[in-house]
Amino acid sequence: MQHQVKTRPHVGLFVTCLVDLFRPSVGFAAVKLMEDAGCSVDVPAAQTCCGQPAYNSGDRDDTREIAKATIAAFEEFDYVVAPSGSCASMLKKHYPALFTGDAVWESRAGEFSKKVHELVSFLADELRIQGVDAKLSATATYHDSCSGLRELGIRDQPRKLLQSVEGLKIAEMEEADVCCGFGGTFCVKYSDISNAIVTKKTSNIEVAGADMLLAGDLGCLMNMAGKLQREGSAIEVRHVAEVLAGMTDQPPVGGKL
Amino acid sequence: MQITSPSFKKNSVQALSDAQLQKALGNVRAGFIDKRTKAVDALPEFDALRDNGKAIKDHTLAHLDLYLEAYEEQVKKAGGHVHWAQTAEDARNIILDLCKTRGVKTVTKGKSMISEEIALNDALEEAGVRPVETDLGEYIIQLRGEHPSHIIAPAVHLNKEQIEADFRRVHTHLPADRKLVEHEKLLTEARAVLRAEYFKADLGITGANFLVAETGSSIIVTNEGNGDLTQILPRVHVVIASIEKVVPTLEDAAQILRLLARSATGQEMSVYTTVSTGGRRESDPDGPDEYHVVLLDNGRSSMLGTEFQEMLRCIRCGACMNHCPVYHAVGGHAYGWVYPGPMGAVLTPSLIGVDKGGHLPNASTFCGRCESVCPMRIPLPKMMRHWREREFERGLNPAVARYGLKSWAFFARRPRLYRFFASFGIPALSMLGGAKRRFSWLPFAGGWTKYRELPAPEGRTFMQQWAQREALKQEVSS
Amino acid sequence: MSGREAILNKVRASLNAGAGDRKTAVDERLRSAPRGLIPARGQLADAERVALFEAQAAKVFSTTERLASHADLPAAVASYLRSKNLPASIRMGGDPRLRGSHWSSQPALEVRDGPSDGSDEAGLSHAFGAIAETGTLVLHSGPDNPTTVNFLPEHHLVVVDAKDVAGDLETVLANIRDRFGKGVMPRTLNMITGPSRSGDIEQKMLLGAHGPRALHVFIVEG
Repeated sequence: MQHQVKTRPHVGLFVTCLVDLFRPSVGFAAVKLMEDAGCSVDVPAAQTCCGQPAYNSGDRDDTREIAKATIAAFEEFDYVVAPSGSCASMLKKHYPALFTGDAVWESRAGEFSKKVHELVSFLADELRIQGVDAKLSATATYHDSCSGLRELGIRDQPRKLLQSVEGLKIAEMEEADVCCGFGGTFCVKYSDISNAIVTKKTSNIEVAGADMLLAGDLGCLMNMAGKLQREGSAIEVRHVAEVLAGMTDQPPVGGKL
Repeated sequence: MQITSPSFKKNSVQALSDAQLQKALGNVRAGFIDKRTKAVDALPEFDALRDNGKAIKDHTLAHLDLYLEAYEEQVKKAGGHVHWAQTAEDARNIILDLCKTRGVKTVTKGKSMISEEIALNDALEEAGVRPVETDLGEYIIQLRGEHPSHIIAPAVHLNKEQIEADFRRVHTHLPADRKLVEHEKLLTEARAVLRAEYFKADLGITGANFLVAETGSSIIVTNEGNGDLTQILPRVHVVIASIEKVVPTLEDAAQILRLLARSATGQEMSVYTTVSTGGRRESDPDGPDEYHVVLLDNGRSSMLGTEFQEMLRCIRCGACMNHCPVYHAVGGHAYGWVYPGPMGAVLTPSLIGVDKGGHLPNASTFCGRCESVCPMRIPLPKMMRHWREREFERGLNPAVARYGLKSWAFFARRPRLYRFFASFGIPALSMLGGAKRRFSWLPFAGGWTKYRELPAPEGRTFMQQWAQREALKQEVSS
Repeated sequence: MSGREAILNKVRASLNAGAGDRKTAVDERLRSAPRGLIPARGQLADAERVALFEAQAAKVFSTTERLASHADLPAAVASYLRSKNLPASIRMGGDPRLRGSHWSSQPALEVRDGPSDGSDEAGLSHAFGAIAETGTLVLHSGPDNPTTVNFLPEHHLVVVDAKDVAGDLETVLANIRDRFGKGVMPRTLNMITGPSRSGDIEQKMLLGAHGPRALHVFIVEG
């Protein structure tokens, strides 16, 4: 028994600030999925946000400080997993670039980077799970969030795992790989343009004929859910982890119409 | 041309409410994206060619001074002339001087973004020289007194009804009752009008997609053939090109040519790829007597050796804007200067200053689709972020945004404090969300709630709930 | 200081360019002109190469026709003009491969000499070579094949010898280098891939923008 415990992959969950504050159930779904797949999961208390708001606003100094704290908090783990392609990519791809030429932190960020994964690709590519034990009678359409898709290559993994959910049908939308217009602070700084982009997205979602919208990033989900609800759509919006974990008891993002 | 980049926000709101424009912008998505995908999929070596293209340009840029010297030497050997222009004004003056000394009255012009960058048409007109744009799209917008809204499809913002009205307004020598509804009729009319201009012109100006150091040649690619008629019929051919257009050899140009048309229009090769070297030879029965090249710097040499050097790999294919959700929403004119879309968001601040062009690198979701299709693997989002960093360092972004960011960062760097406030604030906000579980309005969230509902937090934060779960586990095990 | 020196100095300063061996790398590259990647489809055997050229040409709206020898050319040109209801008149330069055919065998056909002045419905050129991978014709300026013939007539008829159809662009460029000498080019080298076209009105593709509306290729096998 002792031996088994030792060989279980030790995962540090990077919750992400949006999941922490707005939708904790995504975090618990992530924990369940990884525990079911044989991991032992811990959540270091010394985490806040990946630093993207500062990073994408050009504030490199604050970003570095946040990155250092995050790296230090997660160095003890075998893996660092986040239920977000955007935050995972920040940790994995952008942290090392922040410390180029730094005698201490360049290598620390590099080592840290190797351990970082987005949740669904971690399950599919690293743990190589073939399916999940979940049921849901629904037709879902899946939006490819940009960072996960283009920086981490996440496209087939969620679709493959969703296919194993009993009773779930997938109806692909047009332009699933096109941005939803969220873009972090972009959606409030350039709200008119963001609105035009998300309007195109919700019309593609409606045309797909699904009753549920799934994606792997809560920021995009809140943006699309907020727009769908403003338009009076009854389509339910959920994080893909909730469906894969069979944890769909909570009301969907933004509640039901 | 007047720079309106500082009012990008206002421009974009106007663009979003312009029904004609919005209809025309649908053609960008329909006309370019699928064609490019098909062409790229049909060439298994495409990604390897991208690596080669990048390597060629990186090598050239690292030795740019030497290749420019080699290029100049070969142009001279072939009987041509090279003029060096540090600024837009220098370039204009060189061309005006050529016109003056050769008694030029009419200039035909092939499509050139450098010509836009140096605002050449205005200068020619002021000097009493008549410029005639011959690329169909450029011709149309010249009639309208507009500027290109796309670097390879200058009139993509227009619908054919608008073009018909312009032709009727300007081509008054033609019968007023002529039929002009179909696309073909419009094309035929423009062809006939411009055919006469080619023969009238004393001097023809083209841009260049490549300058070849090995041979002293300039290369242009077009589909219409206008760039060819522009250079072979007048007495003088003037090429205007920026310094980063140089490649070492014909073989290097060949590698990049395989990327260019596929990325731009989804063609495997443009209809006309033309290599021009010097003036006509003694035995040539046609072609220009004189060949001049105006080499423009205009700020590019200052980009070398900086984090923006990679932008100089750009081959102006337009794929980044064809795939950009922001460009799809607002079109090219909103960007407020010559270069729109993601490449413009990086290049414009480099050329006119980040104080004027600062909006452009900010108006991006960082979706990365531009980088994913860029044939030269230019990390466009990364460079837009570099501009944001320069702005932040210089304190150019608005005080409110700065202050908000700094206070947020203060908490983000202090997990315990952050957690303390979140543990009160978030459950309270959740309560406010009521039975609907969302907000239609919230103070300080107007940018969000203007167009969307804001989902309410579920309840207590994840970290609160997790701490409780761990505490329970401890109790059970002890 | 001249604009030239100012620009070059700025470039050198920005690149932090010391003297060193930079020049050697540049000279070597210009001398050797290394070939890059040649797509597999550009590396076919002779017969397949011509077939690929025809297929690629068709994709870009060119038409092709095989001829057994140059002797068949006058009849084929006359026949093309008749089929398009064009006047029996053809513009061409002094290329001996064109002039060697017996044009007098088509007494009704007028042969116009030299560069085009814009009044010709049809022009005939002999290509230097062709590129199978993209269905491209390669022509160069000179008295044999004036460049104006490539652009001013409504119909451009081009002869290419099957043996000159290369698989890839680089092979034709190497042939040009052999023909004119290292670093030397004709005034104009035209690579032509289909008839003239434009998509500038609502991105709808239309043939015949400024150059020829039709491009017809005679592939001479003999």
